[in-house]
Amino acid sequence: MKRKLEISELIFRIISYTLLTVFALCCLYPFVYAVSASISGRAAVEYGSIVLFPKDIQFEAFARMFGDNMFWNAYSNTLFVTLYGTLWAMLTSILGAYALSKKRLLFRKFFNFFLVFTMWFSAGIVPQYLNYLATKNVFTLFGIKDEKWLVVIAMGMAAMNIILLRNAFEGVPSEIEEAAIVDGASEFQVLSQVYIPMSKSTIATVALFFAISRWNGYFWARQMISNSNEHPLQVFIRLRLEQYTDPEIMAGWNESYATDSVIYALIVCSIVPILIIYPFIQKYFAKGVNVGGVKE
Amino acid sequence: MKPKAADFLEFDKEKKVYRLTPEQAVRDDVEKHYWLHVGRAIVKDWRLYLMLVPMLLVFLFWRYFPMYELLGCFKVSDEVLPVSQQLFSGFSYFKRLLFGGDSMSTEFWRALRNTFILSFYGLCFGFPIPIILALFFNEIRSNIARSVYQVLTYLPKFMSTVVMTSLVTMLVKQGSLTTGMGIVSQAMANLGLISHEVANAGLLNLPSFFRSIYQISGIWEAAGYDSIVFFSAIIAISPTSYEAAQIDGADKWAQMRYVVLPSILSTVVIMLITRIGSLLNIGYEKVLLLYNPNTYVTGDVVSTFANRYGMGNGSSGGTGIASAAEMMNNVIGMLLVIGANTIARKATDTSLY
Repeated sequence: MKRKLEISELIFRIISYTLLTVFALCCLYPFVYAVSASISGRAAVEYGSIVLFPKDIQFEAFARMFGDNMFWNAYSNTLFVTLYGTLWAMLTSILGAYALSKKRLLFRKFFNFFLVFTMWFSAGIVPQYLNYLATKNVFTLFGIKDEKWLVVIAMGMAAMNIILLRNAFEGVPSEIEEAAIVDGASEFQVLSQVYIPMSKSTIATVALFFAISRWNGYFWARQMISNSNEHPLQVFIRLRLEQYTDPEIMAGWNESYATDSVIYALIVCSIVPILIIYPFIQKYFAKGVNVGGVKE
Repeated sequence: MKPKAADFLEFDKEKKVYRLTPEQAVRDDVEKHYWLHVGRAIVKDWRLYLMLVPMLLVFLFWRYFPMYELLGCFKVSDEVLPVSQQLFSGFSYFKRLLFGGDSMSTEFWRALRNTFILSFYGLCFGFPIPIILALFFNEIRSNIARSVYQVLTYLPKFMSTVVMTSLVTMLVKQGSLTTGMGIVSQAMANLGLISHEVANAGLLNLPSFFRSIYQISGIWEAAGYDSIVFFSAIIAISPTSYEAAQIDGADKWAQMRYVVLPSILSTVVIMLITRIGSLLNIGYEKVLLLYNPNTYVTGDVVSTFANRYGMGNGSSGGTGIASAAEMMNNVIGMLLVIGANTIARKATDTSLY
């Protein structure tokens, strides 16, 4: 009896370790390959002889990238959209979620339904596109010429995130709020001094969700921003990918590095900032899933 | 239940009559002058309602106004006129899409079928793998080793769709006279999984590979991250349950069957229902970035169909037909969400909304 038990445990453990190792390496490999290919010489990249380690190391692909004004422009646009977009989304979401978390709010059910319905039914991309075009006209009417602001203000609100915040606010004990009110706190003070400090981790998680979706946003930025100076990084990467895989460009290419290296260099550049902050934000990410998975 | 007289009446000893309790008097007053009381409550709590306003406006402008634009699917599309002034055309676009018999109708049916197939495969492969991963994570006793595995497997989730699809495009790219093919195609060809000619043509140019590439890249991207919720359900199981099972002579498989599975079942059911609910909300961004005219046969989904016909320059006449296509897709999607949620509430006493 004892022996059989040990064998089944052992087998399962060996299988776990093996498959996990394989999967983890599969997850890692494309990134390692991208780094190697971005700093390898032209011949090695074009003949596909790089497997893991770089060959004939060159840094000219990176130099070309860093020398490109458009690249820095795209980077700053992405930072702009991420920063202001997250701030705007958090401001509206926190205020709205706070009001929704109050039992004394009249028509609370209706307001909740108003939010949740957008999770059930979306108008689809074509009506949204027409709507954004109309918004763009209104913005121009008000003198806002920067198309970035359209992306910041009009896009990326998520009902799910507001519900996460609302649930966190509902978890704050009402005694603390009452104590604050007795001490003479106004509604805004209650929110900023009691509720926000008490649900810091959920707020961090939701802010992270917003920031990631802004950083990664591609489709609407590409559709709505016509001025190439205002393109965010994701659009820039995609346009360069389309440009550098074009056979005509590849035929006329006479640099010491391959066109692929430029694309890989671009991919590496866009990943690095995320990799740097990844260890710090990872725990919030895991937490957010658990908060959002099963609720009510 | 019938209300008792004592709930709303009290006896006035001086006048020797029954009269309404003060609470009931207030209740009656509220009932009689409902909107007056609503107005008073709002004025008294105006800060609270002010806080709601920005959020409501954002949702109204950019979530509900598009639904108004959706009316365009019942009207004759026009480049200049807004939806409100367009002429009604009834269900003509729907008829054309469903029974038109022309190439557009064929494309629409193809897109609808592809949407179902892509998300159904996603459910079949993308759903069980995170659970298995979570079971494996649980086997690793050393915390450091587990963190390393988790960090590595969550990593792809942090990449944007553009970066992910760019990597995929590069890894399976076609070969030409002067350049070799992508490293993954090369490896697959060398392993004998596909022939060299096929690999050289570029896997993304071949319709028969689109679905596999879509699913495998999806698993690569999300499996690790999706396993978090299952893993936290597994580590919540008390160690005493395992010990009890071991004393009763349960081997690993029996422990899986009788301890782990029942404990995570409710999480699994909830996640499954969420997945079924979002069956038709396929990530169009990823499809749009991966497909090309060669792979429309297997890759084109309803959103990308709508994108081709209804958006961008020179397609403004197609907004109506594109909206009609999306309308059908989204209505079916909504029915799935509501249905899945109702089942969840009935079956597990937990609902998502």
